[in-house]
Amino acid sequence: MTIRLGGIIFGIVLVGILLLWSLVPDTLKYSAPAKSPYYAFHEEKLTPEGGFSFAGLGGKWDYQQLQRGYQVYKEVCSSCHSLKFVAFRNLAELGYTEAEVRAEAASWEVPGLNEYGEVTPRPAEPTDYFPSPYPNEVAARAANNNALPPDLSLITKARPDGSRYVYSLMQGYVEPTEEDLAVAKELAGGEEWETPVGLYFNEHFYNANIAMPPQLYPDLITYADGTEATQEQMAQDVAAFLTWTAEPSLVARKQTGWFVIGFLIFATGLGFLSYKQIWAAKKPNKKA
Amino acid sequence: MVYNAVGAGYPVPRNLNYMWNFGVLSGFFLMVQIATGVVLAMHYAADASVAFASTEHIMRNVNYGWMLRYAHANGASFFFIVIYLHIFRGLFYSSYKAPREMIWLLGVVIFLLMMATAFMGYVLPWGQMSFWGAKVITGLFGAIPFIGEPLQVWLVGGYAPNGSTLNRFFSLHFLLPFVIAGVVILHIWALHIPGSSNPTGVEVKSESDTVPFHPYYTAKDGWFLGLVLIIFSAFVFFAPNALGHPDNYIEANPLSTPAHIVPEWYFLPFYAILRAFTGDLVIPFTGVVLVPAKLLGVIAMFGSILVWFVLPWLDKSPVRSGSYRPLFQKFFWVLVLTMIVLTICGGAPAEQPYILVSQIATAYYFLHFLVILPIVSQIEVPKPLPFSITEAVLGSGTEASAPKPAVTDTPSSGGDLPGGALQPAE
Repeated sequence: MTIRLGGIIFGIVLVGILLLWSLVPDTLKYSAPAKSPYYAFHEEKLTPEGGFSFAGLGGKWDYQQLQRGYQVYKEVCSSCHSLKFVAFRNLAELGYTEAEVRAEAASWEVPGLNEYGEVTPRPAEPTDYFPSPYPNEVAARAANNNALPPDLSLITKARPDGSRYVYSLMQGYVEPTEEDLAVAKELAGGEEWETPVGLYFNEHFYNANIAMPPQLYPDLITYADGTEATQEQMAQDVAAFLTWTAEPSLVARKQTGWFVIGFLIFATGLGFLSYKQIWAAKKPNKKA
Repeated sequence: MVYNAVGAGYPVPRNLNYMWNFGVLSGFFLMVQIATGVVLAMHYAADASVAFASTEHIMRNVNYGWMLRYAHANGASFFFIVIYLHIFRGLFYSSYKAPREMIWLLGVVIFLLMMATAFMGYVLPWGQMSFWGAKVITGLFGAIPFIGEPLQVWLVGGYAPNGSTLNRFFSLHFLLPFVIAGVVILHIWALHIPGSSNPTGVEVKSESDTVPFHPYYTAKDGWFLGLVLIIFSAFVFFAPNALGHPDNYIEANPLSTPAHIVPEWYFLPFYAILRAFTGDLVIPFTGVVLVPAKLLGVIAMFGSILVWFVLPWLDKSPVRSGSYRPLFQKFFWVLVLTMIVLTICGGAPAEQPYILVSQIATAYYFLHFLVILPIVSQIEVPKPLPFSITEAVLGSGTEASAPKPAVTDTPSSGGDLPGGALQPAE
């Protein structure tokens, strides 16, 4: 009895404090959250025509595309972005032969030691990891107007719906429309939208102001397989490549999943039948 | 011992419905977590400078490391899913009532240990959410008056989470599952003294009320485990990161705060309760702060679970099963709804209207356990109970070969139960 009485009193006091000191004051000064001006530019993420080959339950890598994406990374992204969790040996998974991997690794330079123990560049081996373009964070910021280019190894997992995010972001450098600018002006309380100096307008970046300049111009690179290097094509290829770097096991994972689930369905079916049989005599509305 | 624990030597009421499967499932997921966790620990390095990289090493270089890690991460979520269903089954059928108070109390202890273990496990990958989640949760200890600050520094090993924190969390994350396993043994031991409860809440009266655990419940648990594993595999293999947060794939950075710090989904209801208290308890017109808002939130958050410890003595209804308690049933479903609302609010940013909604839901949560349950059990007129379990299953005065399709006249087939599939097997 005392426990219940104590409980009721404690409950009423706690809830009373919540209502009188938190809920009532909050409700009196109730205000819906103000939207930031960049909300005006929010766009749905883009999806490449036909979707990504690795998406869906039966996704597969498009090795040609991954190799093109690697080329985009190598010739464009790698001048600022590292890829520190990926080793050159991993390129074999993109369909390169062992000799090609060796040659590809050798076309990169990584810090090595010479015979006097001094740090000096040497050609990379397949066992090396992709080198960072900057020796440290301070150097990276100094070279990029105090912005830090993030490592790209995990970028498609570190952003919501990351493959589509990268694909959209690379194509998000557009002129803001008059209508969007008007909405932004209204949200900002009459202040004109202005992209700060040193930043670039990108409608797929979370606050529409990105430090990275536009990168993918048509025919910026010449694809080894002769594909036409449109902006859309390069964005799609590099998004696919970065999906692979973020999760090389993605396709193996889905394939394993089908085997596992197939087996489980079989085993569960058998289990269900044996359950039915064992219980048959105990069920009231069955003929025992 | 196995024979008497889960073998033919343990007589179990014959009328258990599928809600009684989640105890065995919880035990199963504890074993999954220990098995995957021990192997993951062989490859993981608990050092702030390499923890994130060693997690990626597991994902990329360890044979089937991705499968181990995804099974471990999603295994934690599934452990909580089945434990929540197990707890709410206990709440609906009042499994906490005499003579089973000790089982319930040990269960609450297991749940608290699980929360501690899961929280520390989430810190180990040393991503952004790991770091900032640890910072927020350990910061709660700072709200305790007088000793809060030094206590927090002592627990964390510094003023903010750092390498020492990671190291001790890893140690405890490895230790606690075995403590849980120990308490689970006590939980099962305590269960085997009075025996399992059942959906009618009527105690076992004769041998015809029971069936041996093996083969009857091993078969039922067996196939249902398969079904749950299919859903589990769907997450592990096709949506392994659906229950996680993308920010945790960014390495921890003490200098950059994520836009929204949210804990793992299974903590969200309690996180919402914590954040519902926004105002200091001030003496009106004087400005003297009696209790700061943060401390109120911490008291409420811990209180929301500690209240389960006194539950057996708050609810005094002589009837156990919610099926025979029409008034209680309505409040029970409001409580379930409240938990769902709190989960949503806990994951939402701290702005209106979520604050208002979580305040109302928090108020209901405490009123439910502390005020409504004691009063309802006082004023409610329960429906008539069946004489025995056998009667509930087979109709009155019959043996196993009852000719008539009974059960339809027992109250347990009331339409308020959670969906047809969870009804007693008929």
